Amino acid sequence: MTQSTTPLDEAAVRGDFPILERRVNGRPLVYLDSAATSQKPRQVLDAMDDYYRRHNANVHRGVHTLAEEATHLFEEARGKVARFVGASERATVFTKNVSEAINLVAYAWGLRNLRQGDEILVTEMEHHSNLVPWQLVASLTGARVRAVPVTGDYLLDLEALDGLLGERTRMVAVSAMSNVLGTVNPVAEIAGRAHGVGALVLADAAQAVPHAGVRLDTLGVDFLGFTGHKALGPMGVGVLAAREELLEGMEPFLGGGEMIRDVEIDRSTWNDIPWRFEAGTPNVAEAVGLGAAVDYLQALGMDRVRAHEADVTGYALKRLGEIEGLVVYGPSEVEHRGGMVSFTLGDIHPHDVAQVLDSDGIAVRAGHHCAKPLLRRLGVQATTRASFYLYSTTEEVDALVAGLDKVRRFFA
Amino acid sequence: MGLDDLYQEIILDHYRKPRHPGRLEGAQVEVRHYNPVCGDELLVGLRLDGGRVAAVAVEGKGCSISQAAASVMSEQVLGRPLPEALDQAEAFRRLMHGEGEPDEELLGDGIAFKGVARYPVRVKCALLGWMAFKDAAARAAGGQGGGDTVYGEEQDETAVRAARGEAREGR
Repeated sequence: MTQSTTPLDEAAVRGDFPILERRVNGRPLVYLDSAATSQKPRQVLDAMDDYYRRHNANVHRGVHTLAEEATHLFEEARGKVARFVGASERATVFTKNVSEAINLVAYAWGLRNLRQGDEILVTEMEHHSNLVPWQLVASLTGARVRAVPVTGDYLLDLEALDGLLGERTRMVAVSAMSNVLGTVNPVAEIAGRAHGVGALVLADAAQAVPHAGVRLDTLGVDFLGFTGHKALGPMGVGVLAAREELLEGMEPFLGGGEMIRDVEIDRSTWNDIPWRFEAGTPNVAEAVGLGAAVDYLQALGMDRVRAHEADVTGYALKRLGEIEGLVVYGPSEVEHRGGMVSFTLGDIHPHDVAQVLDSDGIAVRAGHHCAKPLLRRLGVQATTRASFYLYSTTEEVDALVAGLDKVRRFFA
Repeated sequence: MGLDDLYQEIILDHYRKPRHPGRLEGAQVEVRHYNPVCGDELLVGLRLDGGRVAAVAVEGKGCSISQAAASVMSEQVLGRPLPEALDQAEAFRRLMHGEGEPDEELLGDGIAFKGVARYPVRVKCALLGWMAFKDAAARAAGGQGGGDTVYGEEQDETAVRAARGEAREGR
């Protein structure tokens, strides 16, 4: 990674995360599951606490002081998030998670625009959340879901992409960073080719926003989804960022309060974007928490976050590579991957690996990581995944390596 | 809760040295049971003779808990009258769900899995072999063929009851 940036102050960063002081099974917590959900700095916890203690009211409807404060805080958070992901505020929609963001596009755009014989192009390395919504809409419209294959180097097969793209292709939905392999996909390149055949492009940036700070504008995509809880924010808030003119032309996804302009018994008219897509009372405190998370990340600088993760990941690849019988699934070059390492250890099942590691306070993920087609492609039932974030350290990698040695001895 | 409570030495021993491994030659039925969540998979071959478990074998892959529990199952049921083997299956199910006092006589080495009950995500692993056995027994007693089954605890209890009945009639 670039060395022009000053490294993160590891101790200061860790000091911001109260949960890292915990002990688990008598040992200091070694949290290596940030790709599943990140931990939260006190700045986020405080913002949410302050919201409920001092400002709580429903948004967009009251005239009283608290209602105005709550609305201001909610919309201020939207502004922070919009600037963070390079979208306009009008085209930055709060959802409950990235799954809902993708479902929103699949239903509000796909259901009304896809026809029999149209094609939705995904990839073999998608999370279920970027597969199942398309399958559901394909089954309702007669469209077909096809997939860009993954190469033996754990990258997308871009030659195959050209063969798959065609006039039938209406949507290309691609992960910007694989949650299993860590592969950073060339989304801008893919978007250019997809636009060349007239298709729209959605980037599933659940991993890429928190770990690489990807943006709608620089990727050149039409839709970008991510979720707050993987980016230091709380659970319960996600984001769909979109090209404004596209969102403007879309009918609602969910109906209810807030998303309407006028309602009669048998018909309604719709609110402006983004509120047209935010039916019902939103998760205001969660949005405020996500705004604080964005502030936190931006104060540190996403380039420094990425550089720190690259250092830890590079160290992990080196140390794990020294373990006999350990197979890593993912690109070998740190430049092509995010802060996670999926692996198998001999024929020891990942659940056994994770269970023994847990006895030493080390938290990793074991299983199919909600990417069953990818694991089928890799020929494995499950992997163990260690994932890092800005608070992860090389000492924690050392603890993981020592833990894996214990695993091997235990099941030998 | 220490690691040794979960992975008792008996469990690790069965994991390292499964008791009746591989395909069963001359199997009356073979059933494949798998848990799509974790990928544990078992192929259980079974032959009944005169209402007894005449032969059983397990071919599998997966975690230590699933493979060891299936090995213990094979050891426990071999040679038993079918109704008794099904009682063992029930005793193990109750152990995993913490229902009543464990029946150590029926459980045999299965008692080693007592600690697993405290790890909800691993209970399914431990039950997979016994579920496969019940399925195989019901099919064999009912004169049906084998099959593939995704793990599900709402096993066909009717079929199991029928198997008990038919076993008592000496089929």
